[in-house]
Amino acid sequence: MSKIKVLMLRAPGTNRDVDTKIAFEAVGAEVASALVPELLRKEKRLADYHILMIPGGFTYGDDISAGRIMANEIRLRLGEDIKRFVADGRLVMGICNGFQVLVKTGILPGIKGQSAQPVTLTNNDSGRFECRWVYLKVNENSPCVFTKRINCIYVPIAHGEGKLVAEPGMAEKLNIALQYVDEKGKTGAGYPNNPNGSVNDIAGICDASGRIFGMMPHPEDFIRWTQHPRWTREKPREDLLGLQIFTNAVTWAKGI
Amino acid sequence: MYRIEVSVKEGFADPRSEGLQKDILDLGIITVKRVQVSSVYLLEGMLDEKELLAICRELLNDPIVEEYSTGGKPAPPGARLVEVAYNPGVMDPVEDSVKKGIRDLGITGINAVRTAKKYLLWGDISDSTLNSICDKLLVNSVVQHIVAHKEAVALPSASYQFRLEKIDIAKMDDNALMELSKGRFWLNIHEMRIIQNYFKKLDRQPTDVELETLAQTWSEHCIHKTFKARITLGKKVIDNLMKSTVMKVTQELNKPWCLSVFKDNAGVIDFDGRYAVCFKVETHNHPSAVEPYGGAATGIGGVIRDPLGTGLGAFPIMNTDVFCFGPPDYPYDELPKGVLHPRRIFKGVRAGVADYGNRMGIPTSNGSIFFDKRYVGNPLVYCGTVGIMPKNMSQKGMQKPGDLVVVVGGKTGRDGIHGVTFASGDLDKESETLSQSSVQIGNPIVEKKALDAIIQARDLGLYCRITDCGGGGLSSAVGEMAEETGVRVDLEKVPLKYAGLSYTEIWVSESQERMLLAVPPENIDRLLTIFNNEDVEATVIGEFTDNRRLRLYYEGNLVCDLDMEFLHKGLPQLEREGIWQLPRHPEPDFPRPSDLKEDLKKILGSWNVCSKEWVIRQYDHEVQGTSVLKPLVGVKNDGPGDAAIIKPLADSKKGIIISNGINPKYGDIDAYWMAASAIDEALRQVIAVGGSLDKIALLDNFCWGNPEKPDRLGALVRAAQACYDIAIVYGTPFISGKDSLYNEYETGEETICIPPTLLISAMGVMDDIGKAVSMDCKQVGDLIYIVGTTYNELGGSHYYSIHDYLGNNVPQVNPEKGKKLMNALSASMQKGMVKACHDLSEGGIGVAAAEMAFAGGLGISIDLKNLPLGEAIERDDYILFSESNSRFLVEIDPGDRQAFEKAMAGMDFAKVGRVTEDKKLVIKGKDDKVVLAAPIDELKEAWQKPLKW
Repeated sequence: MSKIKVLMLRAPGTNRDVDTKIAFEAVGAEVASALVPELLRKEKRLADYHILMIPGGFTYGDDISAGRIMANEIRLRLGEDIKRFVADGRLVMGICNGFQVLVKTGILPGIKGQSAQPVTLTNNDSGRFECRWVYLKVNENSPCVFTKRINCIYVPIAHGEGKLVAEPGMAEKLNIALQYVDEKGKTGAGYPNNPNGSVNDIAGICDASGRIFGMMPHPEDFIRWTQHPRWTREKPREDLLGLQIFTNAVTWAKGI
Repeated sequence: MYRIEVSVKEGFADPRSEGLQKDILDLGIITVKRVQVSSVYLLEGMLDEKELLAICRELLNDPIVEEYSTGGKPAPPGARLVEVAYNPGVMDPVEDSVKKGIRDLGITGINAVRTAKKYLLWGDISDSTLNSICDKLLVNSVVQHIVAHKEAVALPSASYQFRLEKIDIAKMDDNALMELSKGRFWLNIHEMRIIQNYFKKLDRQPTDVELETLAQTWSEHCIHKTFKARITLGKKVIDNLMKSTVMKVTQELNKPWCLSVFKDNAGVIDFDGRYAVCFKVETHNHPSAVEPYGGAATGIGGVIRDPLGTGLGAFPIMNTDVFCFGPPDYPYDELPKGVLHPRRIFKGVRAGVADYGNRMGIPTSNGSIFFDKRYVGNPLVYCGTVGIMPKNMSQKGMQKPGDLVVVVGGKTGRDGIHGVTFASGDLDKESETLSQSSVQIGNPIVEKKALDAIIQARDLGLYCRITDCGGGGLSSAVGEMAEETGVRVDLEKVPLKYAGLSYTEIWVSESQERMLLAVPPENIDRLLTIFNNEDVEATVIGEFTDNRRLRLYYEGNLVCDLDMEFLHKGLPQLEREGIWQLPRHPEPDFPRPSDLKEDLKKILGSWNVCSKEWVIRQYDHEVQGTSVLKPLVGVKNDGPGDAAIIKPLADSKKGIIISNGINPKYGDIDAYWMAASAIDEALRQVIAVGGSLDKIALLDNFCWGNPEKPDRLGALVRAAQACYDIAIVYGTPFISGKDSLYNEYETGEETICIPPTLLISAMGVMDDIGKAVSMDCKQVGDLIYIVGTTYNELGGSHYYSIHDYLGNNVPQVNPEKGKKLMNALSASMQKGMVKACHDLSEGGIGVAAAEMAFAGGLGISIDLKNLPLGEAIERDDYILFSESNSRFLVEIDPGDRQAFEKAMAGMDFAKVGRVTEDKKLVIKGKDDKVVLAAPIDELKEAWQKPLKW
C-alpha cells in the first residue's frame, strides 16, 4: 500500500510544522505542506490527502486571540471542503494553535445543533505563557481514533491560551479525549498538573465521529526517550511517548 | 471612525487585569481595589451596521469569555479611566492582523486600524497615585502616550517632497564640526576633519545622506574602532587588540573544523561533515534601557537574522539569553532621573525576548541573569542564536555586477533611526526623549515569514549572497555587501510602512525584519514568486555595479556618490591610552559562623544564584523537538542544569552543547581573572553535561564603559589578553564576538559605569547525545567526588558579598592543569561512569552540593577533611564557599569506584561524601564537627523564593 498522505496546513507564524512532520514521518507517513491560499488557488487539493494536520505556532502572532484569524480564513473559505473531507471518513487533527483554530472555526466540538462557536481556548489562569511537561489520561469512552490503545502519555505544553471554557451546558456534552492528570493518573490535581485552568481538566477533545481531534499539549515533541525531561535518571518507558498518537492516526488512515 | 472595546465578561477569569492589579500592589499601592483592562480597536473608514456587527462578533470578540461595546463608554461611577495608545509612527503588529481579518470577512471599507488599551481602576485613587501607576506601569512615553479625551487617532499621512540637503562643511572650524557631529553622528573631531578634507579635495559639498553613511560605517557599533585601535598601556603598545588576542587564538590553533570565523554575521564550524553550525551573540542594551519590551524583542529579532544572514543562510535552531539588571528590590526613591525601575526593565525584557523567540519557533534553552546595582541605568541584554545549514553553504557568497539588490521582509519606517550612532554614545537623563526614534516594536511573524521564504529560495539556489539588515539599516547592509563591486540603489523603490520618509531616512532606518539578497536577474521571477506565496515583501531596489562606488538615487536624482575605498578604508586607526593598576580592597574580617546554614540559604536566595524558573518556563524550550538536556532538570524538573544540549538532526545522534560564563564581580578586582574565569566556567559547563574539549568554539561579548577613559580601556586590554592566554591552552578557538562600549549613565551629578562585563558563550559538538549527564543526584548510596583543586579564592565571591566584602583573592585559572583535568573527567564520562556532574561556580561547593541534592530529591553528606587544597585553608567556611575554577562535584556508583579512580589518576580529586536517604545536606568540617545540616526542602525553598513572581 502506498504511504498515508498528510497535509500540513500552515499560515504565517506556524512553527511546529517541522516537529510534526518529523513525527508523522517517523511512523511512515508522507507529509506535504500548504498555506491556505495554495488550497484556494487549487494548487494543492485536500482530496489528495488522508489526514489534514493544523500544527502549533502563533499564526498571525496570536493577534486579537490565538487562532482567530486563521480560523476565519478556514471557516469562510475552506469550510465546505473540510466538511466534505471529514464526510469522506478522513482525519483532521489540530495541536496547540491548530486546536485553537479548530475550536474557533466551530469545527470542534462538532456537537449537533451547536452554536457557531460553543467552546473557546483562552488565557491560562496564570496569565503567562508556560512551557512544562504534563501527564495526560485518555478517556476510554471517547470515540477518538487518535487515542486508541493509549492509557497515559507524558508530553510538554507550550502555550499562553490553553484554558478551555465552554458555553453554559456545553461542557457536559463534549467528547473529552484527553485530560490533565497527576503522575498517578488522577484528575482534579490542580495547577501545575492542569497548567491552564481548563474546565474538567480538558486537554483534548474530538467530534462525535472521533475523526476530528484537537489537543493543546505537544505529542510531536515526545517521540524519542531522550526528549523526556528525566531521561537521564529514569528507565525508558515507550508507553509514555506522544508518538503513539501519530501511529494511531496513520493506522486508522490505512483503513480508509 | 469606529471604536470597539473588548473586555472579559463578568464572572470569567481575567488574568491580564489580575496581573496588573498585582503589579500595582507590588508598587506598594494598596488603594486600588479592582482593575479592568480592555482592548480598544479604532477603525478608520466606512462600514454599514451589518459589517460592523460582523467585525465585532466574528473577529474581535470571543463569544464565550468576552464582551464588546461600540462607540466608547465613559468611566463608570467611582472608576478612574486611563487610555494608552502607541505614538504615531510606532506600529503595533496587531493593526495589520486586524486589517487582514477584516478583509477575510469580505469587508473592504476599512483603510486604517489603530489599537489602544483602556484601563479602569476602582478604589480611593488620588491624582498623584494615578500618575505614579501610569508612569511606572501603564505608559512608556518613548513609544506610548495617554489618549486625551476624544482625541482623534493620528495616522501618519504626511507626504514627502524631495529636496536635496547639502552641508557646507568646507569652511567649518573644529567647533562647528563638533556641533554638526554631536547627537547625530557621534564622530570625533579627527574623523570629522578627515571627512571635511575628503570633500574639500572633491571640491563639493557632501549631502546629508553621505555624512550619515560615513557616520554609520565608521561607528563604534559597526567597525569596533576601539578593538582595532593602537593602544598604549604602560610601556606596552598593542596594535589592534582584536587581532592580537581573540582572533590570534583562532589563527594559531588553526582548527580544520573552523569553517568561517570573524568574517560573516556569525562564526561557523563543522557539525558532522554534512552540516555546519553557526553561533552569534549580540547585545541590545541602549534600546532595552529606554523601552525594555521593544528593545529586547528587536535584540532577539536582530540576532536571529545573523545566522540567517551567514553563509548562504542558516536555519535558527536555538536561542540563548543573558541579562544584567539592577536588583529588582532597588528603592524607587533612589532611581536616577530618567531611568526605569529594574523590575520593570526585567519584566519588559523577559517578555520581549520570550514573545519574539516563542513566535519564531526557536527554543530558548540556555541563559543567565546577573544583578548589580550599577546596571540600573544601563541594563545589558545579550541575545544569541545558533543556526544550522548544509556545509556547502557555509561560506559567504559573492555577487556579480548586474545582480539585483533585493530587500525582503519588513517594510521601512522611521524606526530605529540613529540606533547605531545612539549605541556609540553614553546614555544620560535626556536619552529617553532624544532616542525615541531609536526604539521600535518588533514583528516576529514578518521575520518568520521571511525566514520560511528565504530557506526555500536558498535550497533552490536563487540568490548568490545574503546579509541581514540590522544596525545601520540599508546603509550598512548594502554598503558592506557592495564593497568589492559597487552598487546603485533607487531609494524610492524601498517599500515603506507609511509615506513621508526622506531619502536619508529610508537609507538609515533600522526597521526590523529585513534581509538583503543579491539575486542574478535570471532568478528574480522565481524568487519573487516564493516570497509572494509566503505573503512577505521582496523588492528589487537596485543593482550591483563594477565601479566600486556607492551611488544612491531618489526619483532619478543622485543623492550619494561615495568611493567604496574611502567608505571602508578611509577611517584611520584610532590611538588610545589605557592605564591599569590592581585595586586594593579591604580584606574581610569577620569570624567564622558556627553554623553555616543561614549563610548558605542567603547565598542560595541571592538574586544571582536563585532559581530562574519563573523566566525559563515562559520561554518555549521544546519547540523543534530537539531538546536533550533542558534548562531545568531533576526529579521535579526544576533543578538548575549546567548547559543545554539539543539534537538538531532527526537522523543523527550528534548534539550541540551551549553554555555561558559570566561573573562581573571578579572584574571589580581584576578583569583579567574575570575573563579567565568566564572562559573556564563556560568550558566546565560543557564538560559537566558530557561534552569534551575536542570541539568547542567560543564567542566573546564585551560590555564595557567608555573606552576613552583610560581605566576602562586598561581593564578591557587585560580581559582581552586573558582571552588569549586561557583559550590558547584549552585549545578552544573564538569564532565570533561583539562589543558594546560606552555603557555609562550620566545622572547629571555623577556617572554610573557598568562593571566591566564579559560574556563568554561556548558551543560544543558532542558525538552521542546518549552520553549526556544531568546535575541532579540520582541514587542513595552513590559516592560524591570533588574533581579539581580548592584554593583560598573568595575575592568577589558570593560568600564575601553576603558579609559585605569584596576582598582581593580573586579566583585564578591554571589552564594547563584545567585542561588535563577536564580531559580526564570527560573521558570517564564518555565511558558512562558518571551519574551526575555539576560544575562549581557561584557559591562554590556549598551551593553546588545543595543544588545537586534538591534537584535529585535526595540528601548529600560531604566531609571537607579530605578535600584537595592548593594551599592551606584553615576555615571551613572558606573551603565550602571558595569559588576556585576548574572544579566539579560528581556522583559515582560504588561499583565504578575503582574504574573512576583509575581514570582520574594523577589529577586532584577525592571522594568527599555520598548520597543519602535522609533528604538533608550535611557538611562536616575539618575537625569532624558538623558545620551545616539542613533539610533539602528548606534549602530549595530559599533558592526558589526570590523569583516566585
